[in-house]
This record gives sequence, C-alpha cells and structure tokens, in this order.
Amino acid sequence: MTSAVSFKQVSRHFGSVRAVDAVDLDIAPGEFFAMLGPSGSGKTTCLRLIAGFEQPTAGSISIFGERAEGVPPYRRNVNTVFQDYALFPHLNVLDNVAYGLMVKGVGRVERLKAAEEALSLVRLPGYGARRPGQLSGGQRQRVALARALVNQPKVLLLDEPLGALDLKLRENMQEELKSLQKVLGITFVFVTHDQGEALSMADRVAVFNDGRIMQVGTPEDIYQRPRTRFVADFVGSSNVLPPDFVQRYSGQHRWGSLRPESIRVSGATSGDGVAARLVGTNYLGATTRLALDADGLRLHAMVPAGTALPAEGEAVMLTFNREHLHLMDESA
Amino acid sequence: MRSDRGQSAPLGLKIAAACGLLFLHLPILLIFVYAFTTEEKSFVWPPPGLTTQWFAVTWNRPDVWEALSLSIRVAAISTAIALVLGTLCAAAVSRTRFFGREAISLLVILPIALPGIITGIALRSAFALADIPFSFWTIVLGHATFCVVVVYNNAVARFRRTSGSMIEASMDLGADGFQTFRHVVLPNIATALLAGGMLAFALSFDEVIVTTFTAGQQQTVPIWMLEELIRPRQRPVTNVVAMVVVLVTLLPILFAYYLTRDGDQIAGSGK
Repeated sequence: MTSAVSFKQVSRHFGSVRAVDAVDLDIAPGEFFAMLGPSGSGKTTCLRLIAGFEQPTAGSISIFGERAEGVPPYRRNVNTVFQDYALFPHLNVLDNVAYGLMVKGVGRVERLKAAEEALSLVRLPGYGARRPGQLSGGQRQRVALARALVNQPKVLLLDEPLGALDLKLRENMQEELKSLQKVLGITFVFVTHDQGEALSMADRVAVFNDGRIMQVGTPEDIYQRPRTRFVADFVGSSNVLPPDFVQRYSGQHRWGSLRPESIRVSGATSGDGVAARLVGTNYLGATTRLALDADGLRLHAMVPAGTALPAEGEAVMLTFNREHLHLMDESA
Repeated sequence: MRSDRGQSAPLGLKIAAACGLLFLHLPILLIFVYAFTTEEKSFVWPPPGLTTQWFAVTWNRPDVWEALSLSIRVAAISTAIALVLGTLCAAAVSRTRFFGREAISLLVILPIALPGIITGIALRSAFALADIPFSFWTIVLGHATFCVVVVYNNAVARFRRTSGSMIEASMDLGADGFQTFRHVVLPNIATALLAGGMLAFALSFDEVIVTTFTAGQQQTVPIWMLEELIRPRQRPVTNVVAMVVVLVTLLPILFAYYLTRDGDQIAGSGK
C-alpha cells in the first residue's frame, strides 16, 4: 500500500541549525496523525515540508507515491489550516472558502455552491456574507477548515489548530475534528505541542525532539511504553527513574518510567515499598497530585480526590505494581 | 492629577494657536487675493481694484499651458515609475531576509532626507558625465528619486501589517505567484499605493530644486512661476496659476490623508 506521506532520510537545515534531521516517516492513507513536540523540535518544519513551503536539504518526500521535492505548494493536492488561520481580510467568508476553486477556474455559481456546502460541513451555514473580522476565533478556524476542505485535498495539514482557542471550545473542536476526519476519510496530519491533544485525537503520534523523531506509535504505545526518557517526560510527565533505582525492582540496569497514577501512597512507616516524604499536594479536581521525595529522587503520584492523605512533610511508603514499571531502551 | 478632558483650554493658549494658524495660512490667502487685483506691475496692498480678467488672460497664455502640461506629464510618469519600483522594493525588504537588507532600506529613503540641491547637483554631473542631454526624461528621472521613497514608505508599512501566512495560504490553495499577487497582495496594499502615489504626484508637481538641475530649456509650473516673478509683466497671472497649483496639490494630499487614516476599513470595502 502506498503511504499518504512518506519521508525518507529527510533533512532540512537552516545554516548550521538542523531543524529536521534525517527523518523517516510513513503516514498511512486515512490516518489521523499527530506530530508532537516542544517548540523548535522540527514538527512544524515537517508540516511545511509536506505543504511545500520548505524544500528538503537532503532526502526524499513522496505524497501518495508522487515525488514532492521541487513541486510548488500550488501544485500539491495538500491543504493547510494555518495557526493564525490566514483568512483573506478583503474577501467575505464565502469568497474566502471559494478561493481555491476560483484560482482553479471553477465557475462562480458552482464554486459558491461548493463553498456553501463546505460551510455547512463545519457548521457555519449562512455565514458567507460576513467578513473574517466579524467572526470569533472559533468561527475563523472553522472557515479556515472549510477553505481547505472545499478543495478535497488528499492530505489536510493542521498547524496547532486549537492553539488559540479557549479550553471549552478546544474540547468541542477536538471531537469535531475527529468525527469530521472519520466522515471524510482524508488523511489528517496535525502539529501540536499539547500531549493531551495528540493522545486524545490521533491514531498515531510521532514525538519530535531536536529535529528527530523520538518515537512513533499509537497514543497507548507512546503513553504506556515510552522508549526514551524524553518521551516519558514530555508525554504525560511520567516519573523517570534512574538505572540504579530501577535495578532494585526489576533487576535490570536501565532507565525506567512509572506513571504517577501507578503509585500508591500509604502512611505506613515500615514494610515493603519505597520510603519517601510528602513535600507537596496539588489539588486538581478529580485527582490530587502529590510531590514526593524518595531519598533525593523527586517523584509524583496521582491519587483520586478524597483519598486520606498524610500531612505535608510526613514520611510515607510508596508501593507500585512491578508490571507498571516500564523499562526504557536507554541503560545509561 | 487634574483631568483636562472636556475642559476648555486657557484663553492665552487659544489665542496663540489661532495666531499660529493665521501665520501659516494668511499669506496663502493673500496670494489668492492678488489673483484678482487690477494692479499688474507690482503687488500693492490693499489692491486698488478687483477684477477677474486675469483668469481669461491666463487661459490664453500658451506658456502657462505648456508648463502645466509638462508638470502633469512629469508627475504622472514619475509616479508610475515610483509605484512599480517602490512596491517591488517594499515587497523585497518586508518579505525576505537577506544580507544588506537594512542598508538597502536606508539607501532607498536617503534621497528624501538628502537636501534637494545635493540630489540635483549629483544628477546633473552624472548626466553630464554620461553625455545624456537634458530632456523630459531627465526631469522624470530626478523626480522619480524622491517619488520612489514616498511609495516605498507607504507600501512597506502596509506590507508589515499584512500577515505573511496569507500569501502562503493563497499558494496552498492553488494560486501561483501571479494569481496570489492579483487576488491577495494587490487588494491588501491598494489603498497604501493610492495614497503613496498621490503624495508622490503632489511632491513632483511642486518640485523646484531638483528640476532646475535636471531640466534643459523646458519649464515646469514652479520654474515658470519663478521666472514670471522676475519679469514684472502681468503679475497676477502668476497668482492665478498659484491658486491652481494649490488646488492640484492639496486635493490629492487630503485624499491620501483620509485613505491612510482609516485604511483598514477601506482596504476591506474595495469591491
């Protein structure tokens, strides 16, 4: 099967800066794919390489089997939803959405009809006559989405699509994007620095750091079985455990990770477990996050709200299931 | 702290402001009055009598028409050149980063900061060196040097305000470079160009110093007026022409001012 997007040893260097460094990547058709990473990790450059705004310094990119190097953005069957939406302020909403069809020479009646349909798809029917300046942030984003989808792209690229929205709107949009993607069957590639967003929306996630992909996998893979300290730490703030600590519990001298929710905290002062001291509590609503100090090692535990807790500064005993202790590839 | 909002300014300040404005504008009104005087050899105050005959005299003087036509042609062509070069330059400076960008930005603005007499002498010696005879085109060239600046300044400010991702969005949606310019860039900078173009036109229309160095025997309106003042013959004709010049330059400047003042709303409604 041909990949929707395929990177083979792709690099993009800006002078001495290796924004993207020898990346291999295969995105399957119809997949909802997330590129996750901190800012400056190369995820946005990868997106721009697919869109055609950047050309690779080395390596090759293909989109549905066709070579993409040297093909300008306007000849790629790929559309982008920009982070700042990039709507055209001098055109009304309907003309914004119809823009792609207009430059391709589709007749006025036909293209406005298609634009109207695309607006219904993003649940903004009847907004065509307004100016982008008269819309809220969430509405602008829907227009940007409609403007991209009206061209029936093979791949839709989304650059931090929910970054500028407030929390409630964001959660709604997450669900909507996901159901939209299911209905349309288009390959969605989206860039985000929010691990929650990546885990909840994507079929697969690629975690970027320093221009390289650290790990690609399903959200469960990434969350439960991080391969490196960076992934464990970046995706869901896992407890990263040094090899000496891990050796005591697993017998192997390797770095390990332990999810905060896998740690149980009791007030016992003796018995099996890791002796620690409670140094802080952080009430989060449904759960409480505990900061613990185990002989100089800072750990976090997540306990359900309402659990009886010892006072801050007191000694506690930590226990966890051995199988929850995940061993990473790194041993030093 | 004392709030001055809604409160009237002190009387002394009002009088000072009024005197300042009168000082600026009374002399111009004086020029208008002299256009109607019956005394033709010298400017006498008060005018011994009022007449409108000078309008007819001016209308029938071929040298006035020649000067006016030359000025308008020079201004129009310098402005056209400035619109093309100024926009291209502004686009390059605001869209891309390259070595020497700031230097180029400064060099483009320099002609308007430099005294006109320097520009004039420089151009004159350059023309002489290259054996280029003075003509209509040497005047145009001289004027274009400062017209480009005006257009450039307007365009560069607008380019900085338009989001760069808009151009990428257009390309992304399938528009090539020309379509992007036609459908996205031009509509967004149109009012800035119009305003810059009008200012350039007005500047060129009343330019004296650079013109004296780059014109041969031809006379633009301001040069013609200078010559007229030296010869005491039908003096009020000069004043009639002055009135026309004031109108021709003031109207575009006013229009340009209104366009750039609330450019955002206008930029949206240009359909």
